[in-house]
Amino acid sequence: MALLEINKDECTGCGACVDVCPFGALSLVDNIAEVDDKCTACGACLDVCPVNALSLPERPTAAAEGLAAYQGVWVWVEQFRGEAASISWEMLGQGRRLADQRKTILTACVLGYNVEHIAKQAVAYGADRVFWVDDPSLAVYRTQPYANTLVTLVQQYKPEIFLLGASSRGRDLAGSVATELYTGLTADCTGLDIDPETNLLRQTRPAFGGNIMATIICPNYRPQMATVRHRVFEMPVADHTRQGQIISIKPVMSEDEIATRVVDFLVEQGEVNLADAKIIVSGGRGVGGPEGFKPIRELAEVLGGAVGASRATVDAGWIPYAHQVGQTGRTVRPDLYIACGISGAVQHLAGMGTSKVIVAINKDPEAPIFSVADYGIVGDLFQVVPALTEQFKKKLRK
Amino acid sequence: MNIIVCIKQVPDTTEVKINPETGTLIREGVPSIINPFDTYAIEEGLRLKEQFGGKVTVISMGPPQAMEALKEAVAMGADEAILLSDKAFAGSDTWATAYTLSQAIKKCGGFDIILCGKQAIDGDTGQVGPGIARQLGISQLTYVFKIRKLDSESRAIVVERLLEEGREVVETTLPAVLTVVKDINQPRYPTFLGIRRATKMQIPVWGAADLPETDSNKFGLKGSPTQVVRVFNPPKREGKVDLIQANSVDEAAAILADKLLAEKVI
Repeated sequence: MALLEINKDECTGCGACVDVCPFGALSLVDNIAEVDDKCTACGACLDVCPVNALSLPERPTAAAEGLAAYQGVWVWVEQFRGEAASISWEMLGQGRRLADQRKTILTACVLGYNVEHIAKQAVAYGADRVFWVDDPSLAVYRTQPYANTLVTLVQQYKPEIFLLGASSRGRDLAGSVATELYTGLTADCTGLDIDPETNLLRQTRPAFGGNIMATIICPNYRPQMATVRHRVFEMPVADHTRQGQIISIKPVMSEDEIATRVVDFLVEQGEVNLADAKIIVSGGRGVGGPEGFKPIRELAEVLGGAVGASRATVDAGWIPYAHQVGQTGRTVRPDLYIACGISGAVQHLAGMGTSKVIVAINKDPEAPIFSVADYGIVGDLFQVVPALTEQFKKKLRK
Repeated sequence: MNIIVCIKQVPDTTEVKINPETGTLIREGVPSIINPFDTYAIEEGLRLKEQFGGKVTVISMGPPQAMEALKEAVAMGADEAILLSDKAFAGSDTWATAYTLSQAIKKCGGFDIILCGKQAIDGDTGQVGPGIARQLGISQLTYVFKIRKLDSESRAIVVERLLEEGREVVETTLPAVLTVVKDINQPRYPTFLGIRRATKMQIPVWGAADLPETDSNKFGLKGSPTQVVRVFNPPKREGKVDLIQANSVDEAAAILADKLLAEKVI
């Protein structure tokens, strides 16, 4: 099934490709390279082959004139209960940079009900133009009316680049829109830049639980779509003197055409938005039981942070899944991550390894968490965490 | 109730080790498993069948070895399984994967509910579920945490979705695609009888020519809008851990608190 072609007459058996394959799909058999089903056609091996013995099938190329009709950078502005998500402003900031590089305009898409204030904010955060779709049917996010509105706008105005936040709603929406438009979508990007030679958007994202990074392009389809992770790009400074064009657009679906209805929204006491949190205090197996989260919560409260948890504690039923950080939980990127009694399995590191400052508190000095931490205390979390809480209480009250 | 579960075979990342010298992944000897989120989808499918009757069909696209994942799903209790395997499908991105799976689902005939895991742990995109819903033109309910109510007569379904701010309760009408998160259930283990059944079962393998719409330009590498141009190791965190030593816990805590305040992250 592997798509990689190996010219066995050219192959010298040097093994350079075997060493660079991120997927372990290549091996030397009788001193000749062989590929197996683990090959993902990523092309990492092509350039290292000194005799050009490796190749991938040619891809069709699109007519360049068709693509040139697509211009401008768009950002979808997510809102919940009339308040814009901070990730949307982060993306307007990055969208501004990309638009300036491409010498084009930045457009924000604001959908909701009674959200004119968000349209105005979008201009302050860098949009030159805002498509503002205001209707009771759009008050709460639903895939169908949101996706259909955006699809119609894209078909009419043809943007070159379209960015959405990699939030639950953003990922729900982007997948639907890109499928309908038949264009490429890269999920969960942590890097976006323009290739100065081809002018293509280079979209970099972690894969395989953060163990590898991949840079992805979409050369033959438009728009180039990406969802972007929380807190990857700097929050821009709002400039309320900026001028921009706000264009009111009619929704494309009426309420009776929409199959879904949001009937309720449950926010639990102490529920935390891990994705947005600047500070997260997390507990692992070392907390010992549900009551072991008490000192963790107290420290989080003093710091104004959120409570995270390792998979082991969630699986044991000590804390709800919504708190889980890591590969099968949430990926977070706070300014400060304090890991208490967390050993630091690969899956946990995948979810928090890009935090700005990491603190590890663990009894075991050999725990892998210390290898990614900036600061550490080897000790019993039940002594260290309350002591830290006391210190911050004193120092922050001053 | 016709229930379809889409699953993916993935390398077990809990077994992945990093080569300390080169910093690359060691994938030798890494076992393949059913994507963990998909096991919740299978379990939810089996529970719906137990409640409403009908059958559970599992579909996977992948190399021939993905058959093992399907056999495991059958051992858990799935009634039927289909493997989509063809050189024409190789190199598929999420668009082409959703297209191919939705073609297979159409060929299966009637369906009431399609279940997927919220994302696969190797690609982590979460895009295939919404892609299938769009291709089939039916509702999508992503990040489902609980099926609250399902009325087989009126075909109304009410679910709770796990979002950043809390849980959203949404109602729609079947057919629909549901992508599920981990907390929805506790997947069962395969039974002895199930394993015997799975061993004997002849699972059909469908290629591009077996699907209803055989536009080869939409399959595999050819049909995939995105291209990977570079794969590299993530930058390592720089520097070493500053292990705080002190005579007492309080002193250590005080030193750490000062250092964190100096970092200006609080």
